[in-house]
Amino acid sequence: MHTDWPLWEVFIRSKQGLDHKHVGSLHAADAQMAIENARDVYTRRMEGVSIWVVQSSDIHASNPDDAESLYDPANDKAYRHPTFYDLPDELRHM
Amino acid sequence: METVEITCPDQVFLDKLDRELKIEPKDWMPEPYRQTLIRQISQHAHSEIVGMLPEGNWITRAPSLKRKAILLAKVQDEAGHGLYLYAAAETLGISREKMYQQLHNGKAKYSSIFNYPTLSWADIGAIGWLVDGAAIMNQVPLCRNSYGPYARAMVRICKEESFHQRQGFEILLTLSRGTPQQRAMAQDAVNRWWWPSMMMFGPPDASSPHTQQSMRWKIKRFTNDELRQKFVDICAEQATILGFSLPDPLLKWNATTGHFDFGPINWDEFNQVINGNGPCNKERLDARRKAWDDGEWVREAAEAHAAKQKTKAAAA
Amino acid sequence: MQTMPASLLPDTTIINTNARISYVLYLADNALILGHRNSEWCGHGPALEQDIALSNIALDLLGQARHLYQYAAELYNQLNPSAPVTEDHLAYLRDVRDFRNCLLAEQPNGHWGQTVLRQFFFSCWQYYFYQQLQHSNDTQLQAIAIKSLKEVTYHLRWSSEWVIRLGDGTAESKTRMQQAAADLWPYTHELFQPAAFEQEAVSAGYGVTPGSIEKDCLGRIQHIFSEATLSVPVTQPGLHSGGKTGVHTEHLGFILAEMQFLQRAYPGSEW
Repeated sequence: MHTDWPLWEVFIRSKQGLDHKHVGSLHAADAQMAIENARDVYTRRMEGVSIWVVQSSDIHASNPDDAESLYDPANDKAYRHPTFYDLPDELRHM
Repeated sequence: METVEITCPDQVFLDKLDRELKIEPKDWMPEPYRQTLIRQISQHAHSEIVGMLPEGNWITRAPSLKRKAILLAKVQDEAGHGLYLYAAAETLGISREKMYQQLHNGKAKYSSIFNYPTLSWADIGAIGWLVDGAAIMNQVPLCRNSYGPYARAMVRICKEESFHQRQGFEILLTLSRGTPQQRAMAQDAVNRWWWPSMMMFGPPDASSPHTQQSMRWKIKRFTNDELRQKFVDICAEQATILGFSLPDPLLKWNATTGHFDFGPINWDEFNQVINGNGPCNKERLDARRKAWDDGEWVREAAEAHAAKQKTKAAAA
Repeated sequence: MQTMPASLLPDTTIINTNARISYVLYLADNALILGHRNSEWCGHGPALEQDIALSNIALDLLGQARHLYQYAAELYNQLNPSAPVTEDHLAYLRDVRDFRNCLLAEQPNGHWGQTVLRQFFFSCWQYYFYQQLQHSNDTQLQAIAIKSLKEVTYHLRWSSEWVIRLGDGTAESKTRMQQAAADLWPYTHELFQPAAFEQEAVSAGYGVTPGSIEKDCLGRIQHIFSEATLSVPVTQPGLHSGGKTGVHTEHLGFILAEMQFLQRAYPGSEW
């Protein structure tokens, strides 16, 4: 049985200066076709100025079961945030 | 040291739903939830793709260059919507090809409305107003459904769909202000599309087997009857702006309920169409199968070429 | 029985005796007819992604056609202000003999390979043509050329890649493409043969000399065909031409019958 063209994830920069953002996926035989398909499928309403495509099978994702050990430890490090520091009101430009 | 609470995954899952958190592809989910989503999303995707056909009929016959461009863009959008939905279903572990197979062998369902024929240009207006209107009614709440990829696809779809209903209404409005022939054409189209549109919300709640479970899973936010009533209330008013009547002698404002009453729906017809005996079921499926079969050598060739390029790149 | 008011029909004498209007309509008809053909694919493509891609090209061509018809209508109305026409009169109320599109554009879609090859030949011509037209002394044509060229650059890239993919794909796809090339090649020749209105357009400084872009087109075709491992068919000049003077293949009549049906059946209506 013949199979689908490979699946690709599409990332689009919506305007100059912003990050590429995941917008969806599509099928394409090769990277060139994937970029063109992404252009035709995901930028029909001027949604983008730049496209990345990545074959879905090349994406490695963290396991949701590890979420606690991966992300919770950052919870108690409030000193990483600027609001943690109590500084005199008269201090400017910091 | 605190005691470690053992929570079963099912509890974590339900807890997430209660807190309105999205379920994502790699999260644990109960198998029936996955299967329900696959069924619903793929049906929805098939409806978009099959739905291209009745309207696509009129692209080459659109009466002005402007209408032609609008219709082509609209039908093309539906291809895009089918694509977003297939992609959302694929995150649940089913391939697009498998879903196509289910469509082509008649195992998968799609919205019964697309098995009715488009006989005049006014049908394009009626489809935009009524069919897209009903679809939007169904789809807006789906933007908040619990499965992340499906909800995100729906947000994109609803954003793009907003012009679809408007263009349909505008077509009908133009016809209603046109010649007597055009008015008659439009009234006839409204008459033919009204009841099938009412059926788009699915069977009444009393005989809708999946509703309660889907509401619990937050795949569904309103029941079929709730959405249908909302649709009737809106259309009854819009019909007067258009100057057309809706083909229901029992349609009447009810001050007590604050809604429009309406006549009985022919569920026998609905079941007939769903089960393959509608006016165009065969034409629609034949067209889809033909597109797929005719495209096979193209898809194979593109793959073969990609493989050659890969080999070349590896050798270089 | 309602009869068509005579003033609805564009006066073909005005069109035929005015080189500039003829020229603009030639370009408009090319874009409309090929866009129409491509739009027949909508809902029937070999993959959803490609269905969308070809519809985009159809929409681009339709957009180009509209700009050109609007400009032709403007020129026409200057000469005949008592019975003005719109883009739709020009598209929907002229008959086969008044259409000037090249025969290539009206050829049936056939299979996907024929459609992409037809697009490739056409885009290749349009690409070099619009490059030249950017230097037209007619500012409207210049503006349309500049805008269209961006679209055509993509069409050329997209169709070139498909020709390569299918030419250098499987044995079956190669056979199909070689056959499609043999079938379509005879229709490419006429694009480079000047019609009378083109000669006038060139001497007045607003048109492109058709022969001047032939070498570039052929070079591009040879390059893409060689990448596609296809051979360029041998030239058979002159046998298939006449589109520019309204002598078409039988296909155009059916296209117009379908396209113009509503305007003809319900004359003078707003849609």
